[in-house]
Amino acid sequence: MTLQDTQGINRKADAPLVEFQNVTKVYGKGLAEMKALRGVNLSVNRGEFLAVMGSSGSGKSTCMNILGCLDAPTEGGYLFQGIPVGGLSRDQRALLRRHYLGFIFQGYNLLGRTSAIENVELPLLYRRTPAAMRHTMAMEALKVVGLEGFETHTPSELSGGQQQRVAIARAIVTRPLLLLADEPTGNLDTDRSREIMELLTGFNRDLGITIIMVTHEPDMASYAGRIVHFRDGLVDSDNGKGGTA
Amino acid sequence: MYLQTLLIALIEIRRNAMRSFLTILGIIIGVAAVIIMSTIGGGATAKVTADIAKLGSNMLSIRPGQMRGPGGASAEAKPLEMADIEAIERDVKNLEAVAPTSSKGMTIVYGNINWSTSVIGTTNKYLDVRDWEILMGRAFTDSELRTGKMACIIGETVRKELFGGQDPVGENVRLGRQSCKVVGILKSKGQSSFGTDQDDTVLIPLQAFQRRISGNRDIARIYLSVNEGASTETAREDISALLRERRRIGPKEGDDFSVFDMKEVSDTMAGTTEVLTTLLSAVAAVSLLVGGIGIMNIMLVSVTERTREIGVRLAIGAREREVLLQFLVEAVVLSTLGGIMGILFGVSSSFGLTKIFRIPYVLDPFMIVVAFIFSTAIGVLFGFFPARKAARLNPIDALRHE
Repeated sequence: MTLQDTQGINRKADAPLVEFQNVTKVYGKGLAEMKALRGVNLSVNRGEFLAVMGSSGSGKSTCMNILGCLDAPTEGGYLFQGIPVGGLSRDQRALLRRHYLGFIFQGYNLLGRTSAIENVELPLLYRRTPAAMRHTMAMEALKVVGLEGFETHTPSELSGGQQQRVAIARAIVTRPLLLLADEPTGNLDTDRSREIMELLTGFNRDLGITIIMVTHEPDMASYAGRIVHFRDGLVDSDNGKGGTA
Repeated sequence: MYLQTLLIALIEIRRNAMRSFLTILGIIIGVAAVIIMSTIGGGATAKVTADIAKLGSNMLSIRPGQMRGPGGASAEAKPLEMADIEAIERDVKNLEAVAPTSSKGMTIVYGNINWSTSVIGTTNKYLDVRDWEILMGRAFTDSELRTGKMACIIGETVRKELFGGQDPVGENVRLGRQSCKVVGILKSKGQSSFGTDQDDTVLIPLQAFQRRISGNRDIARIYLSVNEGASTETAREDISALLRERRRIGPKEGDDFSVFDMKEVSDTMAGTTEVLTTLLSAVAAVSLLVGGIGIMNIMLVSVTERTREIGVRLAIGAREREVLLQFLVEAVVLSTLGGIMGILFGVSSSFGLTKIFRIPYVLDPFMIVVAFIFSTAIGVLFGFFPARKAARLNPIDALRHE
């Protein structure tokens, strides 16, 4: 993995993968002001599988958006591999996502009327992977999630569990450093949810992909090695050894 | 970056085949409508202009009496006579040819076939004035003209009705009680711009008409043509002055004859077709607008879906400018494709229509360019600007867009 597209960004190999330094996030202004995060400190090392829990409005989604470089903190620092993300431009953050991050959404967010393989190839297109290699990598990713033979199916021809697996294949096809999953099993029944969790656990164990997953189901959280609870915009409990920085 | 974006845009166009088609359809209709309307308008104008030229825009005609409405010559006016023609030929300058005519609706008979037509008694000058060619046979001989022999030159319609495929030259037909030998056939002139069939006519020598058909020496109408480049206005004034003198009309009296200038008629006709062209252009503009609204609708309806798509792309790591470029390329490719198809469709169907309407095929490149630019501009505008708005959104908001 190169940094050719993120000139001027120097990552530190020995730093935690992600680090929140007293991060606050405020939405709105004046009377409508809403503090989503009130000074969160959190650090996650490479290879961890972290479950983020908390009731709605606890700040866990905001936390995920900042982790995913989709949003910037109002105050405090967010370091990704030691890189202060707050100082990056919109485009630089896009490149960070392109090269290091993978996303799984609750609503799958696949492109409609597009075959599974083309959906999986999408992140590779933006990485300018050559066509032949793109195809091989996408096929491989679909195989990993158990969708061999479904390459040409469009989302409407796939079940919810299968769609989420296509979305997972799309997220891991680039072998990201960090996989962010926002309630990946939120729309699925228990059996499908288990299958998805097995997949994620496998990626964490076998491919060494760091995973941060938001969930409100303790069953699902139990697959993770570390569980962080959010309450009222603060980390309420954290059973991990990395702990608060 | 550009190649990659072009690839993504093309994938998108194929993926949304239906939406792409509907967008293209709007542009096709808009562009084609403008081309068809302007071609037909231009063709009609050209046709009318050509018809007037065929009729002779350097032609004047004189008839006794004042024209009050179409065909309403007043009865009490003194008829024209041969001496008037001689005087005009002698005194009025720049005249190419002067032809006296008298006409009557009659039935022409060949074998057991009857045909009602208009019989015109005239001289060979009539052919010069009307710029009419003999297709087969010949014009009248001097002796035929002088002696008033019953010889006739028939128009194409009369030939077709009476003779079909047979050669009529040398055959005898009957006009009333007179037998008449066909000596020539006129080349077809087709319909006049007034909608009358100019080929539905039979010419006979004026002498014959006067002696054997009308029974008097009156001349109903004189046709004249002025020399190329000479003013019909001057000729008209000269003729009026001459006839007033010859017919002894006092300075305070009005004319008891009328001089028509075909140029005036042609100007009027040209004015009419101009109105027609304006009307067609207005219809075309409406079509273009409707096509544009169609494009707009399709583009706006797909904004929701596309906003989420943009959210996905941004989250995956697309930069704003990559997303924008993709949408711009998509819009340009689609609009251009639609524009080109619209031109092809418009040009080919207007070509067919001009053949059906029998009007000349006049293509106006300016209108094509205008229609093309307008349609593609709408396509690009409404394909691109909603996308730009979406691309500037926070990826999270774009993903949540309902």
